[in-house]
Amino acid sequence: MTLLEVRGVSKHFGGLLALDEVSLSVESREIYGLIGPNGAGKTTLFNLLTGLYSPDRGGFYFNGERLMAAKPHMVAERGIARTFQNIRLFGNMSALENVMVGRHARTHAGVVGAVLRDRRTRAEEASVRARALELLHYVDIPEQANNLASHLSYGDQRRLEIARALATEPRLLALDEPAAGMNATETGELKRLLETIRGDGVTVLLIEHDVKLVMDLCDRVAVLDYGKKIAEGTPQQVQHDPAVIEAYLGSVLA
Amino acid sequence: MSDWEKLKRNPYAAWTAFILLAALLALLPFLADFFLGRSWVRILDFVLLYIMLALGLNIVVGFAGLLDLGYVAFFAVGAYLYALLASPHFGIHLPFWALLPLGAGVSCIFGVLIGAPTLRLRGDYLAIVTLGFGEIIRIFLNNLDAPVNITNGPQGVNNIDPVSFGTFSLYQAHRFIGINFSSVYNYFYLFLALTILVIFISMRLQDSRIGRAWAAVREDEMAAKAMGINTRNIKLLAFAMGASFGGVSGGLFAAFQGFISPESFTLIESIMILCMVVLGGMGNIAGVILGVVLLVVLPEALRYIGPAEQVLLGRIFVDPADLRMLIFGLALILVMLFRPAGLLPSTIRKREFETEDEAEAQNGARP
Repeated sequence: MTLLEVRGVSKHFGGLLALDEVSLSVESREIYGLIGPNGAGKTTLFNLLTGLYSPDRGGFYFNGERLMAAKPHMVAERGIARTFQNIRLFGNMSALENVMVGRHARTHAGVVGAVLRDRRTRAEEASVRARALELLHYVDIPEQANNLASHLSYGDQRRLEIARALATEPRLLALDEPAAGMNATETGELKRLLETIRGDGVTVLLIEHDVKLVMDLCDRVAVLDYGKKIAEGTPQQVQHDPAVIEAYLGSVLA
Repeated sequence: MSDWEKLKRNPYAAWTAFILLAALLALLPFLADFFLGRSWVRILDFVLLYIMLALGLNIVVGFAGLLDLGYVAFFAVGAYLYALLASPHFGIHLPFWALLPLGAGVSCIFGVLIGAPTLRLRGDYLAIVTLGFGEIIRIFLNNLDAPVNITNGPQGVNNIDPVSFGTFSLYQAHRFIGINFSSVYNYFYLFLALTILVIFISMRLQDSRIGRAWAAVREDEMAAKAMGINTRNIKLLAFAMGASFGGVSGGLFAAFQGFISPESFTLIESIMILCMVVLGGMGNIAGVILGVVLLVVLPEALRYIGPAEQVLLGRIFVDPADLRMLIFGLALILVMLFRPAGLLPSTIRKREFETEDEAEAQNGARP
């Protein structure tokens, strides 16, 4: 079943065509890789998908429905969660609080509930806390619960960002270069975490530069170059695609 | 925080502390009157009034991180609403219990109206625009005496009804169990009750889903959006809540003073309230209360400088009024130099400054 369909999405910034009629479809429960040289438009695609910008042409269909002029918070409500290329945690809040914020869209307490702290609000608050702790265990950093997000190590910050994204109960988890800056051990652990996440029924859309990780992990891969999709297929197919080799290494004839 | 936890675990000590604090607060006006004079009871009333006001601004600035320099506008809206609906100016005399929620509600609407156009702005730009809005409200109040006289212009509104519950007016002295309670005493207890309510609401809001969302917006708005927080609504909520606290304080101010004019709502007033929030420790309720106490009490205490000069030096060398502001300014500068996160920084703010120090230290260590 197709979970996410990108249909002919174009976007330009001033004179720069960042994305040019990009179409792709992500199947439910797969790990889909998005690769390409720097400036190819991968993050732009993420930003369009999550509603930070709106596309000039084309659109996104999630679970069969069009995401119409969606605002970021609505996209999160619909079940798409993301992490950021340059980690964007709430630095001066504890790790636990960060994950608790992720529960916002799935909880309801308003001002009246907050002030009166009635039985329902208390129950909701307790469940938010419990779920957040559970997620910290899930990404294997429970001991960091009360530490400041900004004090965590780089690898733990990446994990925390994933836990926070998972707290929104996404069907699609969009990760922007999660392995950037990680060493081989950390990347190996990340790979296992992503496999667990997929095993638990969450579809993963992954931007990544680490070729080995992409080849090992992804079911299918799309390659972007100068805003165009130049190849799509299994990692093996893409690896041998002449257009991809040219994009990465330059033309043999040049 | 650990003392607090200890208290929580020991109910006996907690109750003792609570009863002592309650007794102290109840006796405070008597103590002030006895040791310092009647005028200090009035100053205590103002301390409480400003605590309510500053805690409202604290929601906007401290919790949600939106720098609002026009906050006094909501104080003005609350004050004028009360003044116009409970004075001979229009001949309307609505009761206090109706005006208090009405003031909160109308200020709340103004909070949303002023907040809405500023939603896209942050930091310096937000400060400038809110400053403009604050001035617009004041200038309106100053000029709405023609062609139809609504606000009575610069002359302000006089003879505002004091707070009264039925026939029990806080303006008159009352005798209870042989003790005479004059007007400033009556207002003290009313303000104390409302201040406690405002503190309670602030604390509950801070530690809730809404409070976390405000903190998230403060920390990283884009990430907050991606986590499913409707940042537009959550920011408007901060403006609305802050404004309603301001409106309530404004109404109380009008009733307490009996007279208001646009002069009470100038930019410097906004800045004073912001100073109270920042000096004590943005985002920390206890810090804000301390900030208010210092900034209301200190200028009053410095009034004794004139007589002190006379006694110590034989004659007045420096005009006490000048010296008063000089010392006051110096005190502010010293606090900001030595305790940049405020006197009682909130845990978050404290961390923020510590993190910056660490980052600096690390940068410094680099070759």
